[in-house]
Amino acid sequence: MLNASLSELAALLDARKLSSVELTRFFLDRIEQLNPTFNAFVTVREETSLAQARAADQRRARGEALLLTGIPVAQKDIFCAKGWPTTCGSRMLSNFVSPYDAEIVRRFDAAGVVNLGKTNMDEFAMGSSNETSFFGPVRNPWSPAAVPGGSSGGSAAAVAARLAPAATGTDTGGSIRQPAALCGISGIKPTYGVVSRYGMIAFASSLDQAGPMAKSAADLALLLNVMAGFDARDSTSLERPPENYARDLVKPVAGLRIGLPKQYFAEGVSADVIRGIEEAIAAFRRLGCETVEVDLPNTQLSIPVYYVLAPAEASSNLARYDGVRYGHRAAQYTDLMDMYQKSRAEGFGAEVKRRILIGTYVLSHGYYDAYYLQAQKLRRLIAHDFAEAFKRCDVIMGPTSPTTAFDLGAKSGDPVQMYLSDIFTIAVNLAGLPGISIPAGFGDRGRPVGLQIIGNYFAEARMLNVAHQYQQATDWHLRVPAGLEVEPA
Amino acid sequence: MKWEIVVGLEVHAQLSTRSKIFSGAATAFGAAPNAQACAVDIALPGVLPVLNRGAVEKAVRFGLAVGASINRRSVFARKNYFYPDLPKGYQISQYELPVVAGGEVRVPLKEGEKTVRLVRAHLEEDAGKSLHEDFHGLSGIDLNRAGTPLLEIVSEPDLRGSQEPVAYAKTLHSLVRYLDICDGNMQEGSFRCDANVSVRPQGSDRLGTRCEIKNLNSFRFLEKAIEYEAARQIAIIEDGGTIRQETRLFDADRGETRSMRSKEEAHDYRYFPDPDLLPLEISEAWLEEVRRSLPELPEAKRARFVSAYGISPYDAAVLTSTRELAAYFEETVAVLPAEPKLCANWVMGEVSGHLNRDGLEIDQSPVSSVALAGLLRRIGDGTISGKIAKDVFEAMWTGAGDADAIIDAQGLRQISDSGELERIVDGIIAANPGQLADYRAGRDKLFAFFVGQVMKQTQGKANPAQVNDILRRKLAR
Repeated sequence: MLNASLSELAALLDARKLSSVELTRFFLDRIEQLNPTFNAFVTVREETSLAQARAADQRRARGEALLLTGIPVAQKDIFCAKGWPTTCGSRMLSNFVSPYDAEIVRRFDAAGVVNLGKTNMDEFAMGSSNETSFFGPVRNPWSPAAVPGGSSGGSAAAVAARLAPAATGTDTGGSIRQPAALCGISGIKPTYGVVSRYGMIAFASSLDQAGPMAKSAADLALLLNVMAGFDARDSTSLERPPENYARDLVKPVAGLRIGLPKQYFAEGVSADVIRGIEEAIAAFRRLGCETVEVDLPNTQLSIPVYYVLAPAEASSNLARYDGVRYGHRAAQYTDLMDMYQKSRAEGFGAEVKRRILIGTYVLSHGYYDAYYLQAQKLRRLIAHDFAEAFKRCDVIMGPTSPTTAFDLGAKSGDPVQMYLSDIFTIAVNLAGLPGISIPAGFGDRGRPVGLQIIGNYFAEARMLNVAHQYQQATDWHLRVPAGLEVEPA
Repeated sequence: MKWEIVVGLEVHAQLSTRSKIFSGAATAFGAAPNAQACAVDIALPGVLPVLNRGAVEKAVRFGLAVGASINRRSVFARKNYFYPDLPKGYQISQYELPVVAGGEVRVPLKEGEKTVRLVRAHLEEDAGKSLHEDFHGLSGIDLNRAGTPLLEIVSEPDLRGSQEPVAYAKTLHSLVRYLDICDGNMQEGSFRCDANVSVRPQGSDRLGTRCEIKNLNSFRFLEKAIEYEAARQIAIIEDGGTIRQETRLFDADRGETRSMRSKEEAHDYRYFPDPDLLPLEISEAWLEEVRRSLPELPEAKRARFVSAYGISPYDAAVLTSTRELAAYFEETVAVLPAEPKLCANWVMGEVSGHLNRDGLEIDQSPVSSVALAGLLRRIGDGTISGKIAKDVFEAMWTGAGDADAIIDAQGLRQISDSGELERIVDGIIAANPGQLADYRAGRDKLFAFFVGQVMKQTQGKANPAQVNDILRRKLAR
């Protein structure tokens, strides 16, 4: 059951060889047993999940099941789910129970998917290591000394440790792809606007995009089929006809033109990662793909651009956490200003405060033009680079992250070093493009290497096809960390 | 030194949409606190705004009515500041690219018309309300109003003194109601002004330092606040001081303005485009559709009333102050097309006077336009005098029936029988030989005495024109 794909689980459920209650129970037990080690989940509500499983079994008995009905999926704790604590990894929301469902939670619910629990994350999705969570760091299942990546570190670790068949994540500058890479799983950030942001707690609205995290590209396609779709409650949601993202999975990839940006194989990328990516590219060549060098000249600019725009939006998005209506409020204060200051000083962690300060600064009178406006111009330039590159190739490939998982504490004292670990993922968000990370072997110390596949707008089905074909030819995605592969008795 | 008061107004007109500008919650006034605040209005984590197209349409109606340019692409921006009744910690407004740019409003004044230029009009959401009473040292927050659509209409500093700003505000008030974009209810805060006031020596063309007076929710407060503020500024300057640019509040109880915050203390609102909302695009087709749906506007109506009915521009302005009053007048004239001036005088006089006295709106008038025409017809055909007509109107107002019924029931029909009037005049002349002699000796004023005697004897029912004729003839002998 640990390595079963979602299709295989669905088939077992359909054949009544397994009930959703049994399946859910299985993962709940596994969470109970292993979560103390990994800290991947922040909230588990067994009774609620099992009640959903029972309802799914009844639905199946009535013959009304959809493909994923009865399959448990873990939700990143950034998604509001009615009746569930929804903390966003922050003390600020540690007492917040959502009175409503995010659109993707509603969609999973409508599909009969069981909510297996809420996963740990960097506070307000700000972080690349899951170390900024108020609920403590998540451990990488491949090495307990290593970070799982972030911000969707809990979801990545949960899937890697096989605590959940699949999970959801969000990606503002790489928060799905980088932890997927560091934990050796698959994750996709769709084109901006494909998945509704309604009910997903905002970090940087123009960059935030939700997507699935799972063992394989084939699973991602099935999950994306549930998550994607127009939502009138999100003005940035795109009104497009529904797609079956699994439609092209089995197509051969011979003839595919793979763009290799020279900037993605340059100085700063560790040798073990380069080696893993080059082997993956070689595998694609064996599948009949061609490679072409492409130029993304403004790659280096994506980090400063991102660290102006994302904090700017965040400084405003997080203003609502003022202790007035919900969330953390200081126990004692002398007046309104004191209440604001104490509540926010206590409620937010250091990284969140740092970004609020940066964001406030770059939007301030006299600095706006030099920072925010300039960054917006460069953002267009970065998007233009991709547009030029896609004239010469069908997909772009490179490392998801310049290194494999680093050790806990290795970068937490140096924000700039931490920010640099997102260099290959950030530009994709700035351009609004879709990106996938899939496992491509292991680097030094047995830590996973992630291959990033970047596609043109709305090329998700094609990218999943490319990833799936690779996974048909390799078995990296089926590897389970040592000690975790044993099925419990 | 003679001083000139220079004023620019920012008017906030609450747009009369059923739901809020960025959420589906209702906008109706007077609900229990927070009963009309949905997840979006209270800014729960994860919620997103969705623009109400109805609010945009109303803004476009306004823009077209004042001859402004409608920006085909405008942008919503976040205005960031902390306040307990501002749930998101920012207000969604428009900053660099408003939906309506420019335009002008022609304001009827006693001494003629004045054109006031507009800078812009932009869409924004209202905040909630902080309630400081009844909470024993705590404050309550009511978010029912949070997210109510507002159109902020900003004028150039084209207004002078305290009367022009009031006339301008009244013109706008009338216009937004004509356009059916705002209910104009000032008590409920649906129409409120901020006034930018400065003073300068008469004849100077340089603007003085201005102070902004916030939240004036009646025309009287607007006038008082400007007068107080101008006097305050003049006193400071004449004392050798200088004006500090600041935001001030008008205290209606004391009739004075007081400082709220100085320019140095002003917020840095850190405006930036709201990434949750796409730029607002207005298509040519939509614009045309809105243009076609515009009603006749006050200015056009005023001009038409002057030319079609031969009434004065001032009367036309009064009669067109609301769409309803203008309609009442036109319905009255439609029955009595030969008497537009009579109709105008009565609508502005008796009808408006009674409405004011009883605190009624024109559409609540107990005397309908057709009933009024029925009364005025009897003046025109000589059945009753104007004076008697006022008594009949009073009876109609209290529901005694239509004009003819009241005239008949109370025997008010005018005496126009010349034989009878001659007999009465003869009797009065005979009874007052002294006055007759004095009149004939040159005391012309005594003519009125004889008229009065006739009216007294006929209880006012004598036809005044006939009485004059007969008296003139008989007294002359």
